[in-house]
Amino acid sequence: MSSFPPQRPLEPQPCALVVGASSGIGAALVRELVRQGYRVAAVARRQAELDTLCQALNTGHPAPRALAYVHDVTAYNDTPDLFQRIVRELGGLDLIIYNAGVMPAVGPDEYDFAKDKWQVEVNLLGAMAWLNQAAVRFQQAGRGRIVGISSVAGDRGRRGNPAYHTSKGALATYLESLRNRLSQHGVSVTTIKPGFVQTEMLAGLTKTFWVITPQTAAQQIIRAAQRGRATTYVPWQWSLVMLIIRHIPSLIFRRMGF
Amino acid sequence: MNTHNLQLPADHLEQVAAWGGASRSLSHVFRPSTAEGVAQVLEIGRQTGQTIALRGGGNSYGDAFSNAEGMVLDLTRLTRILAWDPATGIIRTEPGVTIDQLWQYVLGDGWWPPIVTGTAKTTVGGCAAMNTHGKNGWRKGTFGDHILEFDLLLPTGEVLTCSRTAHADLFHAAIGGAGLLGVFLSLTMQMKRIYSGLLTVEAVARPNMAAMLGYLAQHQDDSDYIVGWVDAFAGGGGLGRGEIHRAHYLPEGTDPAPTQSLRLAQQAIPETILGIVPKSIMWMFARPLTNNLGFRAVNMAKYWAAVWHDGHQYRQSHVAFHFLLDYMPNWKRAYGPGGLIQYQAFLPRDTAVDGYKAIFRQCHKHGLPNYLSVLKRHRPDDFLMTYSLDGYSMAMDFKVTESRRPRLAALAQELDKIVLQAGGRFYFAKDSTLRPEIAAAYLGAETIAHFRTLKQRCDPDHLLQTDLWRRVGGDERLGD
Repeated sequence: MSSFPPQRPLEPQPCALVVGASSGIGAALVRELVRQGYRVAAVARRQAELDTLCQALNTGHPAPRALAYVHDVTAYNDTPDLFQRIVRELGGLDLIIYNAGVMPAVGPDEYDFAKDKWQVEVNLLGAMAWLNQAAVRFQQAGRGRIVGISSVAGDRGRRGNPAYHTSKGALATYLESLRNRLSQHGVSVTTIKPGFVQTEMLAGLTKTFWVITPQTAAQQIIRAAQRGRATTYVPWQWSLVMLIIRHIPSLIFRRMGF
Repeated sequence: MNTHNLQLPADHLEQVAAWGGASRSLSHVFRPSTAEGVAQVLEIGRQTGQTIALRGGGNSYGDAFSNAEGMVLDLTRLTRILAWDPATGIIRTEPGVTIDQLWQYVLGDGWWPPIVTGTAKTTVGGCAAMNTHGKNGWRKGTFGDHILEFDLLLPTGEVLTCSRTAHADLFHAAIGGAGLLGVFLSLTMQMKRIYSGLLTVEAVARPNMAAMLGYLAQHQDDSDYIVGWVDAFAGGGGLGRGEIHRAHYLPEGTDPAPTQSLRLAQQAIPETILGIVPKSIMWMFARPLTNNLGFRAVNMAKYWAAVWHDGHQYRQSHVAFHFLLDYMPNWKRAYGPGGLIQYQAFLPRDTAVDGYKAIFRQCHKHGLPNYLSVLKRHRPDDFLMTYSLDGYSMAMDFKVTESRRPRLAALAQELDKIVLQAGGRFYFAKDSTLRPEIAAAYLGAETIAHFRTLKQRCDPDHLLQTDLWRRVGGDERLGD
């Protein structure tokens, strides 16, 4: 069984846990964290992708730097055990990033409850299952960093995919509550709102702009987390755009065609 | 892969910090108050697939009692004195009894623990597990030398009564075994007869390392305790200079009022300095000095004060002489948020002068002088995982900051080479830096194999583990 090497008191290696790590931003986060010297537990549903990612990072190194944990975030009952096992195998936890998210294609007149439920379960309830675990232990430790990947899509309820906007908006609200609970205990909670990132999710979308690579997004996300930021738009230009969009009156917004 | 799926409740989660404060981790901490409670905690570990570290007073400087994200079994509530015979000085206690509790209990009958640590906050279970020493190591050996018998609860559930005649191999391995073979449920120890609550103390200054060690060797037969302090900043001809305190018991009949001096009140460490300043805040005044410049001045001043007082003789209570680390409460806080680590090098008699000089020079070269250095004399003992030898030990405190961490780690590797080359040894209670290859080199393959065989017999599931055990490569399943 390959496992992380024992921690050394003088030079403890920081420990990170990324949920939704098999592709896109999640995989880039794992790579970037490893590059920065973290030991990373990579959690995702798709084993093959996860194994390829970790193997690429571990080959040629005497001890593993990233380990794969296969898990479906909607298997909520498994989360507490898996969380405990992961922090034990990491030998600690300094940073958790919840990145799991789905966005199926939804037609303009489509009201498919199965699709909606799936998005709320993965994007929101999965986050609650994982981040509640992290909240308890970080509060006890008096330190730790929690990051949730929300979206610019969570700032307004647009026409496109009601459940996606809802899930990301609710996630941002949940993270804000966590922040208000945990900041007094020395724990930072960072809400990340990416714009367009070059990932599988972007495949079905037209009219994209300011597209950044997952690697750039990952670097900006980790920097925001390390600085203990509350909310960070990635890339930053979106903060200006969303400042305006958030303030458009509903009466006008509903006529704007998006 | 772990197939257990019983979740440990979060309400036992606690931050467990190394005594030196340089490392900390989160663990599920359990504090049972009875032997049955201890057995239950072991059962919880077995059922949940967690590993368990044993913890006494928590005075080990590094990770000897930590078990990040696992369980920690804290034995400090097992504080009963089970039997005491004031005629023979034999006492049987639970493992959580502290040295403080122990000496206070036996002193009134004219007894004193034969081996005491520099702080009285250690527990007898912890002292046995780490096989601690005092300032009389070359005369009285280690803590384990005065243990007659103990009951050991094995992770298998068995309780074995071990002594030099029954389960002798386990007796010699569990003492100094760092809590990895079983839990001491009770320990029977021999106390030392004393005829006064006072010691005669003499302080001298010596100008270099050879003169320091020479004094210790010269007076090893006519002293009961000897401890040296070294000015770690001095270089050149003054390398290794310092002060030595040596002490004697008062022979029977020399204390005019032994019942007076044996009273607890006579042993109290004053709580204020000059009768005004509470000592509990003294660390705050020391804080601005804990940097290279400040401590260079402190060490220099201390040395010249020692030269001034050279040859000074006085009488001092046992407590004031022994428990120097308790003299200034919370002194470790003066080191700041990064805390401190200690590096204690045990060197054989013949290589000690050159070895310690090389060690101090290496510290100077790395720009990492240690702020406090304590020199002691030792003799070998017959415990399996022993650090003891016919020679000396130098305990060196280093301040830890974020920027110093990698530099200290690099320095420790250099010092390890010097110690190994000199035929020296290391002490788990103080260690934060030892690597598997160094541990293997000084312990020897045979010792390690023997310990692993015993581990397999007492704890086949490897329930008892610590961060230190894993770090020094104790668990062969992790690969050497």
